[in-house]
Amino acid sequence: MNMPDAKKILVRVRVNGKAREAEVEPRTLLVEFLREHLNLTGTHVGCDTSYCGACTVILNGRTVKSCTLFAPMADGGEITTVEGLGIDGKLDAVQEAFAECHGLQCGYCTPGILLSTVQLLEKHPKPTDEQIRKGIAGNTCRCTGYQNIFKSIRMAAAEMEKR
Amino acid sequence: MYAAPFSYHRAASLEEAVTLLRELGEEARVIAGGQSLIPLMKMRMARPGALVDIHLISGLNGIERSNGELRFGALARHAEIEDSRVASTIPILHDCAAGIADIQVRNQGTIGGSLAEADPSGDWGTALMALETSVICFGPGGERTVPLEAFIKDAYTTVLAHDELISGVHVKLPPKGSGGAHLAFKRTAPVYPTASASVELTLEDHHLCRDARIVLGCVGLTAIRAKEAEVALRGKTLDEKSIRTAVDAARAAADPQSDMRGSADYKRVLVGTLVKRAIGIAARRARGESVPAGHEYAGR
Repeated sequence: MNMPDAKKILVRVRVNGKAREAEVEPRTLLVEFLREHLNLTGTHVGCDTSYCGACTVILNGRTVKSCTLFAPMADGGEITTVEGLGIDGKLDAVQEAFAECHGLQCGYCTPGILLSTVQLLEKHPKPTDEQIRKGIAGNTCRCTGYQNIFKSIRMAAAEMEKR
Repeated sequence: MYAAPFSYHRAASLEEAVTLLRELGEEARVIAGGQSLIPLMKMRMARPGALVDIHLISGLNGIERSNGELRFGALARHAEIEDSRVASTIPILHDCAAGIADIQVRNQGTIGGSLAEADPSGDWGTALMALETSVICFGPGGERTVPLEAFIKDAYTTVLAHDELISGVHVKLPPKGSGGAHLAFKRTAPVYPTASASVELTLEDHHLCRDARIVLGCVGLTAIRAKEAEVALRGKTLDEKSIRTAVDAARAAADPQSDMRGSADYKRVLVGTLVKRAIGIAARRARGESVPAGHEYAGR
């Protein structure tokens, strides 16, 4: 077997509005690229098997599981992580609602759930319960605090409608 | 978890992808959305020495109606098909697209990737086999068109040569009076279904079944066309008796294996129930009713 030529390649992205780049092995997962190479540790590694959604980020306007993408596949892309949600240290409406409604317990799944909520409310500004369930079906909360997560999403929707 | 090392190559066109596959040899694999291949690589169940990334090839993600067909570019994502008005003219396609895994996976995974992967539990192979579907394969000699039933040879095995890839998927529009449904049962959103069933019917005068296609998923090495079940409906009035005969024949055609999703006996019972429900929904849709259907899972 020939040893593959796994030399490092340059990956350039915009993360939360800023141009960032790093040279990485092609097998580097997007979540590791963000955490280990760009020091953005808000995005979490949960199951690492494309199940739990703790690693959810927004890539080119769509939520993806960053444990299930190789970093070079995101080259040239626009990424939003949880660090990009608030402005100047102030929480955004979704974060405010989760804080207000106690939509988190241990907080491990929260970065992913926040980004799934952002996308859900973009598509369905007044989501039905079924739309909420479907929108966060790819995010697992092992504290099982789903009732308060629901409350938080409903409150975020109501607050965003007022603005 | 890290995949085994590989070299990474980006193709800007189908021609470039084929050239790269030829140059890199048998160790190379095509990657599109990566939603099946990357988990397999992380578990080291797949260890390609090179990846040819085709996801940036432009013009390969269209969904259009042309020449009596719905034509999907290989890179059309499940979420794009879910949201497509054109695609929703064939309800079975919307049922399938909207229920695959979760929104994050649907945002990234592609119809072409799903068919090329040929996972026995994948949804597209089952849903598309209930329709007249052709797979467009692009290789060194240009394009060739392969009927879906011939395209899938075995579990994880297709007719694609090493230097060939899917460029499109064409689905013939069903005749007037047709309706279909794709139903699947899964334990939670992100996992593969335990069993699935796709049914496409063409009715005359609302009750006489002119044509029927019945396909079972996750209960064999490939999607299974339950031809005896189709015979039980074709030319018959859709009533309790003919439907019961079809369901029994579908259960007999299933060839499930016991695994962590359930025992073989359980899956055989389940797939029959899904066929029964899918026949009911397909018939109502064939009569012009709008009926929601798709994947059932906990919390849905």
